Amino acid sequence: MNSEIIEITLRSIYVSGTATLLSAVWSLPLGLTIGIKNFYGKRLVKGVFNAFLGMPTVVLGLVLFLLIRHAGPFGFLNLLFDPLAIIIGQAILITPIMISFTISAVESIDLDIRDLAKTLGATEIQASLAVLKEATGGALLAFIASFNRAIAEMGVAYMVGGSIPGSTMVLTTAIADQRDRANIELGLTLAAILLSIVFAINLTVNLIQKRRP
Amino acid sequence: MKNWIWLTTITLATIVSVAGASYYFGVFPTTQKEKLAVSTTTSLYDTGLLNTIEDIFETKYPIDLQIISRGTGLAIKLAQDGDVDMILVHAPSKELPFLTQEYGVCRKIIAYNFFAIVGPEADPAEIQGLTTLEALTKIVEAGRKGQVMWVSRGDESGTHAKEKELWKAVNFTWEDLRSETNWYVEARKGMGGTLILASERSAYTITDMGTYLSHNNAGLITLKVLISQKEELLNVYSAITVNPTRHTHTNFNGAINLTKFLVSDEGQQLIGDYGKDEYGQSLFYPAVKLLQKNNDPLAYSIREYAFFNGAECPVEYQCGCPKLYD
Repeated sequence: MNSEIIEITLRSIYVSGTATLLSAVWSLPLGLTIGIKNFYGKRLVKGVFNAFLGMPTVVLGLVLFLLIRHAGPFGFLNLLFDPLAIIIGQAILITPIMISFTISAVESIDLDIRDLAKTLGATEIQASLAVLKEATGGALLAFIASFNRAIAEMGVAYMVGGSIPGSTMVLTTAIADQRDRANIELGLTLAAILLSIVFAINLTVNLIQKRRP
Repeated sequence: MKNWIWLTTITLATIVSVAGASYYFGVFPTTQKEKLAVSTTTSLYDTGLLNTIEDIFETKYPIDLQIISRGTGLAIKLAQDGDVDMILVHAPSKELPFLTQEYGVCRKIIAYNFFAIVGPEADPAEIQGLTTLEALTKIVEAGRKGQVMWVSRGDESGTHAKEKELWKAVNFTWEDLRSETNWYVEARKGMGGTLILASERSAYTITDMGTYLSHNNAGLITLKVLISQKEELLNVYSAITVNPTRHTHTNFNGAINLTKFLVSDEGQQLIGDYGKDEYGQSLFYPAVKLLQKNNDPLAYSIREYAFFNGAECPVEYQCGCPKLYD
């Protein structure tokens, strides 16, 4: 039973961690660009991402389920009930968080640094990198908040992962599963692990925020 | 400040990659094996029986058994869409159309047991000692007077299908009853959740014994078994493989292997012994040997209730596996 707990915990961290990294691939550049550039409709774009911050996980789970089931348009990918499906789903789920956090991080720093870098002969990309360097703390915050949301969500993991023991069962779905099986002690153990992870992460976030200049 | 941030980043990255690596190399060695996705009724999974079967089956075959526990209704839906390879279900009225519409093949009855009608300790409808049908009539009468409540699964599961059949047998229709929301409550949950709801509301409900015992032993419910072990409450579990000509991508051979294992002497013994240690009684009874007897009254009842055309699987759906039906 112990090895099962460890397996589920590791899988949760792996799935949500990979989802966070995957999401960063598109979310960080997008957030940086939106934060730095001034363009028509910027407020609308930011508003849209803010609105999707509260995306109910079951809604996303249901939509993804319909898309990737065998009869669905992406059925040929054979993703349903595979850990990869949860990874992709969670990556989509946390995209608005990561983008919004990155935008605020970029906007909180003095954008003059970009102009300064440019006057010193930097290219557009080099100037953006300079901004990113200043916004590291904020970007890290974006990572952690996203991971936090991913590991604590249940809708996507349940709908597209199916909570299969030994394959797609993660902490949140395992807790529900143990309730259904009347294994309350095991459920509480898993709950304690999930809480410890979430609390540890929130503590880190607070420390970073406190130390930010 | 900067150093501190980098330190945190590196620590986090290390945690994620270590978790990922150990997960892939240590905990997840089964990826190389062929997968067999089985969608199942919750009672077989929630009691832990399928985990035991999985452990032994996987030592015998190079197959990674993936169990999706969602109730008979959704199990059949997933199989129709080709999202799983095989189903383990307990609703003959839903299984027959699944076969005749050519979604499923190679049906084998694997086990049986009895549903139970459970209710509050005080039994306000006074059903203890009555026949099943009398008891249900009394519950409706008392319910309409506002004295008792009934909680229904309401989720198209096998147990729910059985409940509807029973209402029909006492000349009520489920459609009428569910509109009487002052005493008839639909839980829309699995068996465990439904039992907890019934217990919290001091209501009556119909349940499989396995889920009842596990929840009762865990102290989650205070319901009492009032009627059980009656022929009308017969509960028959069967395994059906997804039609490989309809969904060519499914793992047909794996499904047949699991079916063979379930009906083998070893599999049947496993099913019959399960739960004896923990609950002091079998949760499921093996069906294969019993059904080979011609004169047994219980075998007769099972055939009446759950055999199709006098055979558990009509010849046209045996799909090139006649050995299963000798």
